[in-house]
Amino acid sequence: MPTFVYMTRCDGCGHCVDICPSDIMHIDKTYRRAYNIEPNMCWECYSCVKACPQNAIDVRGYADFAPLGHSVRVLREEAKATISWRLKFRDGREKNFVSPIRTTPWGSIKGPAEYEAPRPEDFAKQELAHEPEALKISGGLPALRPEQLKRGVA
Amino acid sequence: MFTNNPFAALGDLLPPLVMQVYIVLMIVLVAAGTLFDIVHKGSAKYFFDHWRKSKSKGPQQVGGGELLSLAVKTGLVDVLASGEFCNARRRVAHLLTMYGFLLYVISTAVMVFGYSTASIWPQLWWLGGLMICLGGYWFWFFIRADVAAEGNSPFRVMHADLFILSLLGSVTLGLIWAFLQTSASSGASVFFGLYVIATTLLFASVPWSKFAHMFFKPAAAFEKRVSYANGTRSNLPGPADKPEQFGSARTAPRHY
Repeated sequence: MPTFVYMTRCDGCGHCVDICPSDIMHIDKTYRRAYNIEPNMCWECYSCVKACPQNAIDVRGYADFAPLGHSVRVLREEAKATISWRLKFRDGREKNFVSPIRTTPWGSIKGPAEYEAPRPEDFAKQELAHEPEALKISGGLPALRPEQLKRGVA
Repeated sequence: MFTNNPFAALGDLLPPLVMQVYIVLMIVLVAAGTLFDIVHKGSAKYFFDHWRKSKSKGPQQVGGGELLSLAVKTGLVDVLASGEFCNARRRVAHLLTMYGFLLYVISTAVMVFGYSTASIWPQLWWLGGLMICLGGYWFWFFIRADVAAEGNSPFRVMHADLFILSLLGSVTLGLIWAFLQTSASSGASVFFGLYVIATTLLFASVPWSKFAHMFFKPAAAFEKRVSYANGTRSNLPGPADKPEQFGSARTAPRHY
């Protein structure tokens, strides 16, 4: 379901323009409010919906599977680290969901550039960069021992 | 310079009655332009349809006293303090421009109609004009979303700029005219002509600019508060039943 903007709610702050991975949220040239320039190209990631501080962005289903009259709205509460969804169906039914989005404070997770660059010998290993330290698994990653493999494989 | 009524010195060039008729004409243009805008876009029809729908579907009824309290809150927070802005810089720029505009317009009307010689009104006129310039140019060059978030040149002009550019043009040219007139410069009459053109553009372009936002934004803010009070919340989910523990990590949008 692609996104659209309620013009009367939007204050043109640009957060959705900033976050859209498809670069389709732009500022309207007549009203200086955000709008989705190409709903067909929307990834439907809802990053803009969640990032909007004014809750001015909503989602609208394609008419063939989401008949008019429905509503899907989302509320992102940063301080609580929750995303709440409220789905209203055309027949009046309603579903509400609340999901946690993180368990650590904002900004506490190191970005990829903050880790040391991998050494040449690291490229020959099975682990990905910064594993196993980044996974915080004591004793390293679990691995199969030869005796656990089927006979004839090892 | 700051204590002389700049319109009083125009007495030789323009009779006060002409200036007074001009101001009345501008007020009529704003009223007519706003009405045309409302009828043309159907915004009032949409607004009241939405209002009725929200009222009938709301799980809680909002009484007259609560409505009054919401109207007062809207006036104090959303209108007088520009409380709807999420970006602090935009809020400060808007407050400067809004209060500057009020001071500028009121002091202009008092100086033209009252022909006041009290020094406070010219001072307020200058103060209002400078506040508009400070807030307006700050917004224009650094804050507006198409520059700050989209990375466009601050000199790119589009339809949405009609209001802010005509406002800045009117005020800047007015201040330059007043300055030149005080210093008896020969260019004063040229800048006065440009000032009148920019001011006429500001008030005559209401149907095509965002001038009318000063009327419909408070109505939209009030409707939003009522929808929260009656439980419809514009279909948004209610706040999660969790404690606040992580604060905010939101940073200003810098797309480019």
